[in-house]
Amino acid sequence: MRGLFDLYLAQFRTTIAVQLQYRAALIIWLIETILEPLIYMIVWSTVAQAGEGSVADYAPRDFAAYYILFMLVNHITFTWIMFEFEWRVRQGYLSGLLLRPVHPIHRDIAENMTYKALTLTVMLPTALALTWLFDPAFHFTRRTISLFVVSVALAFLMRFLLEWTLALSAFWTTRTSAINQMYYVVMMFLSGEIAPLALLPGPMQQVAHLLPFRWMLGFPVEIGLNRLTAVEIQHGILIQIGWIVLATGLLRFFWKRGLRRYSAVGA
Amino acid sequence: MKLLRLLWLYFRLGILSEMEYRINFIIQLGQSLLSLGAAGANLAIVFSHTSSLNGWDPPALTVLLGIFFMMGGVIGFVIEPSLQRLMEDIREGTLDFVLMKPEDSQLLVSVRQVRIWKLFDIGLGGAVIVTGLLWSGEGVSAVNFSVFALTILAGTVIVYSFWMLLATLTFWFVKLENILVIFQFVYQAGRWPVTLYPAWLRIALTVIVPVAFATTVPAQAITGGLETEMLAGAILFAVFLFGVARMFWKIGVKRYSGASS
Repeated sequence: MRGLFDLYLAQFRTTIAVQLQYRAALIIWLIETILEPLIYMIVWSTVAQAGEGSVADYAPRDFAAYYILFMLVNHITFTWIMFEFEWRVRQGYLSGLLLRPVHPIHRDIAENMTYKALTLTVMLPTALALTWLFDPAFHFTRRTISLFVVSVALAFLMRFLLEWTLALSAFWTTRTSAINQMYYVVMMFLSGEIAPLALLPGPMQQVAHLLPFRWMLGFPVEIGLNRLTAVEIQHGILIQIGWIVLATGLLRFFWKRGLRRYSAVGA
Repeated sequence: MKLLRLLWLYFRLGILSEMEYRINFIIQLGQSLLSLGAAGANLAIVFSHTSSLNGWDPPALTVLLGIFFMMGGVIGFVIEPSLQRLMEDIREGTLDFVLMKPEDSQLLVSVRQVRIWKLFDIGLGGAVIVTGLLWSGEGVSAVNFSVFALTILAGTVIVYSFWMLLATLTFWFVKLENILVIFQFVYQAGRWPVTLYPAWLRIALTVIVPVAFATTVPAQAITGGLETEMLAGAILFAVFLFGVARMFWKIGVKRYSGASS
């Protein structure tokens, strides 16, 4: 355990040094993270204003709150591993990582967390600025805040493990971009990104319940907005844990098999 | 017409190199259809809760979506790949090979690399525009159509000049690899009419990153909702930005010292 802690610490330091070299790039990538939820916030607020002042119990100020929290949760949980892994396998860079005495996923988790810690210094002020601009209806209580933090942590872990597993597809195919696109399209609809799930047609909501996406994004956001009952929250957190267990199993399974293929390519 | 001749040349080269990977045809078509389908489903969900978005009805937003797709296709077809390669060449010092050729260097670097599969997006976008127009049931007058064609032309020139300006910055700042994605990110905002956005964002999308001219303005033109001042503004802005990009390029090339020196 002590060794792993040192490893994370070392990775934090290197990542900070590397990232600070590319300060402009750091900001550029944030544009998308901020702009996307902002657009949906504005679209849905317009819809709400045009109707009776709200859609499925969301008034414009609720949409503002929803999407500001969504922006933060998405930022904290997102990974770029599906793009990086393909490059690692194709270029053989993975070989170097395999020489290290620990599983390469630790390096990736540490790197991801460092990047997030760095960029939150921009994201949090942005969230404050948006709060000032759009006057969101937050109803925080001490209880929802602590549950929100727990569910975001679980969401981060769940999304990281699942996307890391999916990234392993690079061992079997070079067409990962098609797989990634499909993944992101489904996520767009069923995570609560294009609309809070309550606004989707009934069958889509049921499918969203069964797939992982909602539990990575929409669920923590709805906790933060105080829109879920205690039972729903309990259920959701159990489902998140279930996905984490399942993803860990899948990851181990495919990692082992993928590695065998990787060495077979001659690397 | 030199533009078309060169573009045709590089288009054929693009086909030749892509023919080695024929299965790409199916996959790229699938990806284009998937993103179009997703955008359509997104609109359907929005319109399941309202009948008009700030004065834009479903057919009008369908037309806008078509234009968004078509313009995105034009950018991905030639502007993005060519200018990406330009930035690489400046960084590596291999731009010398372009500057030696007996054609206008700016023209050459702008059409040098063609991604043929993006023609799907252009074609699909066109089909979506026609679908939206048929759906609206109102014919398009000859005047509206010519204004539309003009705004598309102006929008393309504006977008191209903006990209060119960004890419030219590499002459001064070598470490700008990611700068081109700024437009790609911000372009997503063009899927919705910019009239929806609060003033500060609308102005940013018109003047700072000129997405509005590429999408909203042509959509207003073909549905007949464009004011004459806006048309004049689009054309003037296109001429202005193109002039600036041209000047900037000339200064940049002078500064460029090549790989050998």
